Amino acid sequence: MSKIHVTTKVNGDAVEFLADPRETLLDCLRDHVGLTGSKEGCGTGDCGACSVTLDGTLVCSCLVLGVEAEGRDIATIEGMSDGHDLHPLQRKFIEHAALQCGFCTPGILVAAKALLEENPDPTEEEVRYWLAGNLCRCTGYDKIVRAVLDAAAEMRKEAA
Amino acid sequence: MAKDEFNEFKLVGTRPDRPDGLDKVTGRARYGADISAPGMLWGAVVRSPHAHARIVRIDTSRAEALDGVKAVVTRADFPEGLTGEDWNLQENTMAGERALYDGHAVAAVAATSKLIAEDAARLVEVEYEILPHVTDVDDAIRPDAPVIREGAADATVPEGSPPNVARYMEFGFGDVDAGFAEADLVMEKTYKTEATHQGYIEPHACLGQLGEDGKGDMWVCTQGQWFIRKMCTAVLGLETAQLRVTPSEIGGGFGGKTTIFMEPLSLALSRKAGGRPVKIVMSRSEVLRATGPTASASMDVKIGMKKDGAITAARAEFRMQGGAFPGAPVDMALYCAFAGYKLSAVQHIGYDVLANRPKCAAYRAPGSPMGAFAVESLVDEMCRELALDPIEVRQKNAVKTGDKASYGPKFGSIGLVEVLDAVKDHPNLAAPLGPNQGRGVAAGYWFNHNGETSVSMAISEDGTAQVSVGTPDIGGSRASIALMVAETLGISYDDVRVNVVETGALGVNEPTHGSRATFATGKAAVEATGHAIREMCRRAAREWGIDEEAVEWADGAAQPAGPNAGKFPPMTIKEIAGKMGGTGGPISGHHESVPDGVGASFGAHVVDIEVDPETGRVTILRYLVVQDAGRAIHPSYVEGQYQGGAAQGIGWALNEEYIYDDMGRLQNPIFLDYRVPVASDLPMIDTVIVEVPNPGHPYGVRGVGETGITPPLPAIANAIEAATGARLRDLPMNPPKVLAAIKAVKA
Amino acid sequence: MNYHTPASFEDAVQLASAASGTTRFLAGGTDVLVQMRAGMVIPDDLIDLKKIQGVKDITRTADGGWRIGIAVSGAEMGAHGALCADWPGVVEGMELVGSTQIQGRATLVGNLCNGSPAADGVPGLAAAGAAVTITGPGGTRDVAVADVPAGPGKTVLGKGEVISAITLPPRGASGGDAYLRFIPRTEMDIAVVGCAVNLTVDGDKISAARVSLGAVAPTVLLVEDAANAIIGTTLDDAALNALATAASAACNPINDKRGTVEFRTEVAGVLARRAAKIAYARARGE
Repeated sequence: MSKIHVTTKVNGDAVEFLADPRETLLDCLRDHVGLTGSKEGCGTGDCGACSVTLDGTLVCSCLVLGVEAEGRDIATIEGMSDGHDLHPLQRKFIEHAALQCGFCTPGILVAAKALLEENPDPTEEEVRYWLAGNLCRCTGYDKIVRAVLDAAAEMRKEAA
Repeated sequence: MAKDEFNEFKLVGTRPDRPDGLDKVTGRARYGADISAPGMLWGAVVRSPHAHARIVRIDTSRAEALDGVKAVVTRADFPEGLTGEDWNLQENTMAGERALYDGHAVAAVAATSKLIAEDAARLVEVEYEILPHVTDVDDAIRPDAPVIREGAADATVPEGSPPNVARYMEFGFGDVDAGFAEADLVMEKTYKTEATHQGYIEPHACLGQLGEDGKGDMWVCTQGQWFIRKMCTAVLGLETAQLRVTPSEIGGGFGGKTTIFMEPLSLALSRKAGGRPVKIVMSRSEVLRATGPTASASMDVKIGMKKDGAITAARAEFRMQGGAFPGAPVDMALYCAFAGYKLSAVQHIGYDVLANRPKCAAYRAPGSPMGAFAVESLVDEMCRELALDPIEVRQKNAVKTGDKASYGPKFGSIGLVEVLDAVKDHPNLAAPLGPNQGRGVAAGYWFNHNGETSVSMAISEDGTAQVSVGTPDIGGSRASIALMVAETLGISYDDVRVNVVETGALGVNEPTHGSRATFATGKAAVEATGHAIREMCRRAAREWGIDEEAVEWADGAAQPAGPNAGKFPPMTIKEIAGKMGGTGGPISGHHESVPDGVGASFGAHVVDIEVDPETGRVTILRYLVVQDAGRAIHPSYVEGQYQGGAAQGIGWALNEEYIYDDMGRLQNPIFLDYRVPVASDLPMIDTVIVEVPNPGHPYGVRGVGETGITPPLPAIANAIEAATGARLRDLPMNPPKVLAAIKAVKA
Repeated sequence: MNYHTPASFEDAVQLASAASGTTRFLAGGTDVLVQMRAGMVIPDDLIDLKKIQGVKDITRTADGGWRIGIAVSGAEMGAHGALCADWPGVVEGMELVGSTQIQGRATLVGNLCNGSPAADGVPGLAAAGAAVTITGPGGTRDVAVADVPAGPGKTVLGKGEVISAITLPPRGASGGDAYLRFIPRTEMDIAVVGCAVNLTVDGDKISAARVSLGAVAPTVLLVEDAANAIIGTTLDDAALNALATAASAACNPINDKRGTVEFRTEVAGVLARRAAKIAYARARGE
């Protein structure tokens, strides 16, 4: 089984790796690029723990092949903060205790960031439905939703 | 009383950022599958597709011939002669003569890549002779059921019992017959719950390395690294201290990660592959098929009640299956079932039954949710029949501090009365309800656990403190322990770092289970800190030339006290630490115990629902958790436990279940069809932290993690009856069942 | 596994025809990758169609209908204002497939070709009268979407054949469509029942209608009796009852981990009523 050489961009950095065509983008990020922030929770696109954006679109990286990343632009949790500065969502998650075990947190943060880029003023219902593909077993979602709404409010104020 | 506005402590009771927060929101935190090692191999497990089968032959030759495969193991690679629970664990880790459930491991391979390992696993040929199987508990308890294991019954089981009864218990007190005779209403109903899985989002993962010399290392996501060590060494015939187990960050456990599943396989493969580290990460379907869901239960409950709501007698017979091994939590289910009620006559009977299902593991208050579903539903049914208020009936019969519990011991300090008072006063109970809407109330209980605890702490040269604990941080315990230690030392929260350490660094610790971490580790940490404080006082006393007894610790400094008060300026922790090398050496403290003074936690929930009368779909409109925390060290994390427990209970009540086909194969081993609540399924979950401080803990802590999963099951059943007139006694209460029940009422 | 990225449908067809062993086409991957990971399917050849020109386009056809490229994602369909205005029922069916993340990749044609009787994208297409263009070794042919599924997990596509386009007819005046499904949670489940209604009105009377049911038979159903129950009516209670009865009568479901026969049959009637009301309101411009 010969591997395919993939050239892509991850969090703004040029990245190359060798992928078995059967490997998912998630496998490649974790095992070849050293980015273990994206997690595998289910392998079937049901839990969202592997969420990344692909050319700006929110996707499950467990359902994209590594070879499909050729020439694309991928953003993972590791690229969410700007050097020292945490993204408002990251800060609000800590502030609101919106995480317990933290395993779903990277996927939820990436998904929430994508939501606020598309809809800067979501209702509680819109937040919940957008995040329906991100399972959390620890929190019951309450503090997560509060953190997202609070971050959205802060980001709207800054933009104004 | 409800949590006071006034907080007598500086730090305990506040809400600082958790220490692992930064790592977890940036993706830096390292969980079980996030580590790699030089020379690492990947492991994959071959699993039985049959519920019950004799293993005739295993041919590993084609797997071994595949390029990249470095080791293959079967049961033959494990030592013989184990007994009791050690044997159970070994048999579950890898099948012996028979595969006992769909997903039971029969062989494992290690190879240079994950894909090669998976391909190799498919090349292992296993010949099975399929045997009759049984999965339902009421089928498994029949005298003519397929036998899971000859001679499985222990000494508790009466002669002539059906073959799959592994344990039997019977306990109680008083004269139940007389009690039922004096009741105005006696009701007896049967309730059934299906098995559910803890559903942690992180699958089990480990990286194990074992040399020919019997020395090994393991990185693993676990709730209890000493349990993993003890179980792996038992199953593999190794010396305990020679295996070092390091806990990673853990992506949820809820009891399911307190035991072993594939961990010994990574060690066995590693040893066979010349000591190369072997990483095994379970897939989601492996997790659901072959780790430790909780038991399924069939429960008969009978209660006698007077017209005014006083309960005169109660009887429970519970049958539970915990898979192909003994261990269904039927004892704990019975202990908790009537715990909230002051009884003069009660009888409990329990059966632990074997079936062709995976070996059950603990799941958040194991047994208590099932018992609560039965008892709290029946109490509600009786309240309806007698036109009594369900909260008032619970208040009337509520146990108080010093009362004899339904399961025997005398209660220490408890707060059920305070919890019920807080429920009754809550504005949610005044929220108006519309058509097809209903409200349900239920209470719940967990006794909480102490367990072996070892903690060590030390003062660093700059006066900051480090604490080594053995309980992995699942819900924010590092923050809580740092708060307690910082409060005790009188220093800033940010000056304390709590580390969860590996087995080589401390004496034995029981896992983070039984809601024990904040209680037991916290108590030990405070004790250990006390030792360090006394040593620091001694150093100051020596320097001042006064009696050790005449020095006290306050505001982060040693202060002369008594006759010497004011004679010397306080000596701060920074000053003492800065010169400790010259004044006697390192300053530390440690504490080992099985701490006494555990405080139980009562809770009560109120749920408002709406039922779509044409489809049976239940929507949760409003949810309230009221629970006694003793003292909330970090209120946000207490609220988090309340909300998380409620969410799991809601899933169990409405949609979660293990579905087996008629071949005994699990039909829903993926999250698509194992239906846990998603964000859009739930509303905000209101919480009230009641604080009846536990005198057995220096800060009054009661464990809080588990009680919250028990009330949702009956509360929702009670709400459904309120909304529709239909009573469901069989979980989950999914739309087809609810719709059928609604139609039966209309008919 | 050999991974191919052909530049044209003809190349894709050639690869698929010549391949021995197991072949799969790849668009969004939200079914194929799941099957690969589960070990259900290990393709010898995986043919990625996303490098073919036009597969991501949504364009008007000459008669005012729509051609949707085979790699257009659910999210892209949902973001296309004009398509949503014409065929909201078709779009909302596709938008119910999976999560936001799945929507970023999943495609209408993939949903159809996976052959699940419960596919959310299919009833809306069937009710709309959509068609697919199939390109194969023998040339191209057009097939009504309703005729593509051949049974659970199966389609009428032969070896070497691939769907190269999906077309919707023009909406025309006074028309409206809707899709509803029943799932036990609020998201993330496979449909237990799905119902699409497409109708046109003349004043307040329904002049034409098509009713399609999913997840209640081995393939998607077009239920003529249900449509006839509402044609010529103002969708009054009698018409709605007749519609529900006809919908339930057409059901031939299985008992499985997602629903019982009784439940599916009953809820099919409930959803037919509800979907018809929405389609009617849309047709009347409400």
